[in-house]
Amino acid sequence: MQPFEYASPKTLKEALALLGGGWSDAAVLAGGTDLISLMKDEVMSPKRVVNIKEIAELKGISKTAAGIRIGALATVDEVLSNPLIRASFPALTEAARGVASPQIRNMGTFGGDLCQRPRCWYFRAGFGLIPRHEGKDLVAEGDNRYHAIFGNGPARFVSASSFGPALVALGAKIKLASPSGTREVDAEKFFLAPSSSDVREVDLKPNEILTEVIVPATAAKNATYEVRQKDALDWPLATASVALTMKGSTVASARVVLGHVAPTPWVSAEAAKAIEGKAVTAETAEAAGKAAVAAARPLSMNAYKVQIAAAAVKRALMAAAGVKA
Amino acid sequence: MPEYRWPEMSKRKVMGKRLNRLDGVEKASGRAKYSSDLNKPGMLHGATLVCPYAHARVKSIDTSAAEKHPGVTGVHVVSPAGTEIQWAHWEVAFVAAETELAARDALKKIKVEYEVLPHVVHEKDLNKVQSRAKAAGEQIEGDPDQALKEAAVVSEGFYGIPVLEHSCLEPHGNVVSWTPDNKVELNPTTQAVTSIRGDMARAVNVPVANVHVHQDHIGGGFGSKFQPDRWGVAAAHLSKAAGGRPVKIFLDRQIEQVIAGCRPSAFARIKLAANKEGKITLWESQSWATGGFTGGGSPPIPYVYTRIPNQRKNHSAVSTNTAPIRAWRAPNHPQASYLTCAAMDDLAAKMKMDPLELFLKNVDLTARADTYERQLKKAAEMAEWKKLWHPRGDSGRGPLKRGLGIGVCTWGGAGHDSTARCNIHPDGTVEVELGSQDLGTGTRTVIAQVAAESLGLRVNDIRVKIGDTNYPPSGTSGGSTTVGGVSSSTRKATLNALEKLFEEVAPALGAPATELEAVDGKIQVKGNPAKSLDWKAACAKLGVKTISETGQNIPRDAPKEGLNTGGVGGVQIADVTVDVETGIVKMNRIVAVQDCGTVINPKTAESQIYGAIIMSICGALMEERVLDAVTGRMLNNEMEFYKLAGIKDVGEILVHLEIDEINDKRGVIGLGEPPAIGGIAAIANAVANAIGVRVPIVPMTPMNVLNTLSGRMS
Ligand SMILES: Cc1cc2nc3c(=O)[nH]c(=O)nc-3n(C[C@H](O)[C@H](O)[C@H](O)COP(=O)(O)OP(=O)(O)OC[C@H]3O[C@@H](n4cnc5c(N)ncnc54)[C@H](O)[C@@H]3O)c2cc1C
Ligand code: SF4
Repeated sequence: MQPFEYASPKTLKEALALLGGGWSDAAVLAGGTDLISLMKDEVMSPKRVVNIKEIAELKGISKTAAGIRIGALATVDEVLSNPLIRASFPALTEAARGVASPQIRNMGTFGGDLCQRPRCWYFRAGFGLIPRHEGKDLVAEGDNRYHAIFGNGPARFVSASSFGPALVALGAKIKLASPSGTREVDAEKFFLAPSSSDVREVDLKPNEILTEVIVPATAAKNATYEVRQKDALDWPLATASVALTMKGSTVASARVVLGHVAPTPWVSAEAAKAIEGKAVTAETAEAAGKAAVAAARPLSMNAYKVQIAAAAVKRALMAAAGVKA
Repeated sequence: MPEYRWPEMSKRKVMGKRLNRLDGVEKASGRAKYSSDLNKPGMLHGATLVCPYAHARVKSIDTSAAEKHPGVTGVHVVSPAGTEIQWAHWEVAFVAAETELAARDALKKIKVEYEVLPHVVHEKDLNKVQSRAKAAGEQIEGDPDQALKEAAVVSEGFYGIPVLEHSCLEPHGNVVSWTPDNKVELNPTTQAVTSIRGDMARAVNVPVANVHVHQDHIGGGFGSKFQPDRWGVAAAHLSKAAGGRPVKIFLDRQIEQVIAGCRPSAFARIKLAANKEGKITLWESQSWATGGFTGGGSPPIPYVYTRIPNQRKNHSAVSTNTAPIRAWRAPNHPQASYLTCAAMDDLAAKMKMDPLELFLKNVDLTARADTYERQLKKAAEMAEWKKLWHPRGDSGRGPLKRGLGIGVCTWGGAGHDSTARCNIHPDGTVEVELGSQDLGTGTRTVIAQVAAESLGLRVNDIRVKIGDTNYPPSGTSGGSTTVGGVSSSTRKATLNALEKLFEEVAPALGAPATELEAVDGKIQVKGNPAKSLDWKAACAKLGVKTISETGQNIPRDAPKEGLNTGGVGGVQIADVTVDVETGIVKMNRIVAVQDCGTVINPKTAESQIYGAIIMSICGALMEERVLDAVTGRMLNNEMEFYKLAGIKDVGEILVHLEIDEINDKRGVIGLGEPPAIGGIAAIANAVANAIGVRVPIVPMTPMNVLNTLSGRMS
């Protein structure tokens, strides 16, 4: 780890003033569960670390006119145990449940989860987001068992955030503040597939802080299903978050978003189309799962993820509709 | 000479009791200090520079800027110009400095120029690595060609198990000082307190008597912590250069996972043949493995069922540009058990025979037919084999498939050479001293139990002192040899000391020393509690003397003394559920039936088995060294994608230790390794039973399971 300057402002305004124009100038420190590892491995070496944990206005989860506001500093555990969220957005509760371990859920924040960096082992070893070595594409020629099965490259890492797909499915808005004001981004647009290693994988500028997320009230039945091997401290191999607007027992409209299969949460219009106008049954859900992965283009080692993604979509749809396997 | 034999089972008061580990609270509360916790006055911090290439030659190395870096006290180069580096993360140089930060910053100032050379890191495909493979030559027994002709059934298969990393939670390293009086003080993390002293003395060329070693606890070794290693020797040199200030070097996790210990892989194409009844008549195998650049690692196959009458085998050692193997809990046995039991299970499936029946029918091909027959039956009963087993693949509708499978083991486990010293002080204090180590297995606790039993005292009356070369020499903790060694030497030392105490006390009790016994905290005339002195009063007779007697376990003599011996079998049965849509294997249960000798503490003995099974589950389902073909580096040299099971991943573990009068007569037998052998085989066979096909490559991750189910496994 490189030496750094440390600041712990009490207000958002002070915090924003401490950030810089480039990523190496300063880094925002929330729970630190990701940032500290990145700094220890010198994947990130900011000159200044700005602790935002003392900023009261970024905390808490509350009901608003528009829906539910989740402050950037709400911990993953607070999201998991919040009854408002559980009642309306089980897709988020289920996404929170799978995150790492109780220790990390207690420290890690909602905003930090959305802004965390990819876990791609080439990126974490210092080869960049689009890792190359001596002219070779490391992901394509190397071990890509955990990499993307969707997207046209060149980025092949998978978006790490479990909350990402659920927020995209639920049409959430992400609020960002900078010294010059605030802006709001659709969750779907927040996640990016960078075309070079110098670009971030989220729509966040070096001088911005993610302040809160608004999840709009909805009657849509929603769910998340995650496939991960280990019970704790493991990453999903693929996930699916779905939001279904029902008309009687048929699906009037659907949002189906896959996770850990692409550099961003992956919206599957094909799966939505496959289930819309139908009642959710084991058979229609399975067909939607197949439709979701029809266009997948796995790398040399990760064809198995295509199967897992299909299973995740099927199971998420059934969970949302309350259909037993 | 006292009678050293263990007291009869029914008469034992402390041995055989399920006591908690004596150092359990200390460890659970964090008070236990490991060498890596030490922070000595004036201590310097070391950092390790490793080579990023899997194969390279050092063209030049310039340490001048690093040496001038503020706070640096020395740079020690271990790979000078000209060195040919054969694996990534090979140590190049070490730095010592006033702070960790200064040491790490200085590392970056060492300029090394490499000539990068071509590397080979993967060995799974033997055809691709022929140039790196060295065949041992064909070994033939009986007449394999004839056996093949006569066979009623022939089953062929390919099986593989990857290289695993030891992943000790306490990384390798030490704190060393080498002072101007030419004395070396070493605080290692080691399985070999006694012998590392001599190894260090030789490495730095000082008399053995000048080296003192002390270690209280070790955070995992599993066979990888016997030597001072390059980092230990470097720390000594850096200390000397700094006028004898202690230098601490412990490896970073990223380095630890790569170079501080791994076990060899094993791959094989195996052909098994049997007659109509399922008697195995033929074993043919072409096997290969990598043990790193230096080769090594040949699984003893066929395993347990060694007496298959006709055999043809050829094994190749593949040299790859990867770090060398170290011993790992039952070296080569888990691999051999997997290769053999998987091939037998596939043979049974091909014959549409219950594998339990096949394993039973062929027990005469083992060296312990009675043991395995009894254990197979017992394990089957505990695993509800009759109720739960089904023909392979016949696991019903729905994505969740349940299956059962068998694995077997064998091991030695006789005690190592060990000397113990028992001091009885005039105030009644009893010390037992050994230059041994407690790997976390309960060694301290069993020493106290043996001493208490021998002296008629309670465990808390005994002060066990281990982990220091001021105590008598004791063997290394490898090969499951510790418990047999230290229990026997402790037994002898304590009884020898007691004999001396009897002599001192005899006049006061008015009986000859040979007529005395130590019972329930008293020295008394045999069978006559009325004529007794309590322990303290008896010891007070020593005046100013301290009794100090030693006892030695000499492996050669041990069998006739009956205190310890070796040679056990064991059977494990796994019960799993596989989700065929996601490829996830969940453990329902593992049953372990384990042969044993005299068990000093059933609780710590069972703990060995629990730990061994958890280790097997990790190996069977998730652990794997992942190497990058392009860079030759390990990609999961951390603990996130180098996956190990958590508590919810292990399912139920049912242990049956075969403690009985007959087994007890064999004396103590080590149990560290045998239960760590058969689990992978059992789980692999259970998965095959569940999903109807063999997942040829371990670990059975979702990737390997789904690739197998979808025919993508080449
Ligand atoms: C073993 C393991 C398994 C895990 N499994 C999962 C999983 O399955 N799913 C999952 O989603 N996550 C998983 N995580 C990741 C974990 O959820 C994140 O580390 C955590 O949520 C990050 O939150 P934090 O507050 O600690 O972020 P920090 O470490 O403080 O920050 C992370 C990054 O976000 C930036 N940042 C943080 N907050 C803000 C903000 N408000 N505005 C702008 N930038 C900000 C930081 O500068 C930094 O770059 C896992 C982690 C581990 C170690
Ligand atoms: S993972 Fe366990 S051992 Fe490691 S820091 Fe967390 S609590 Fe401690």
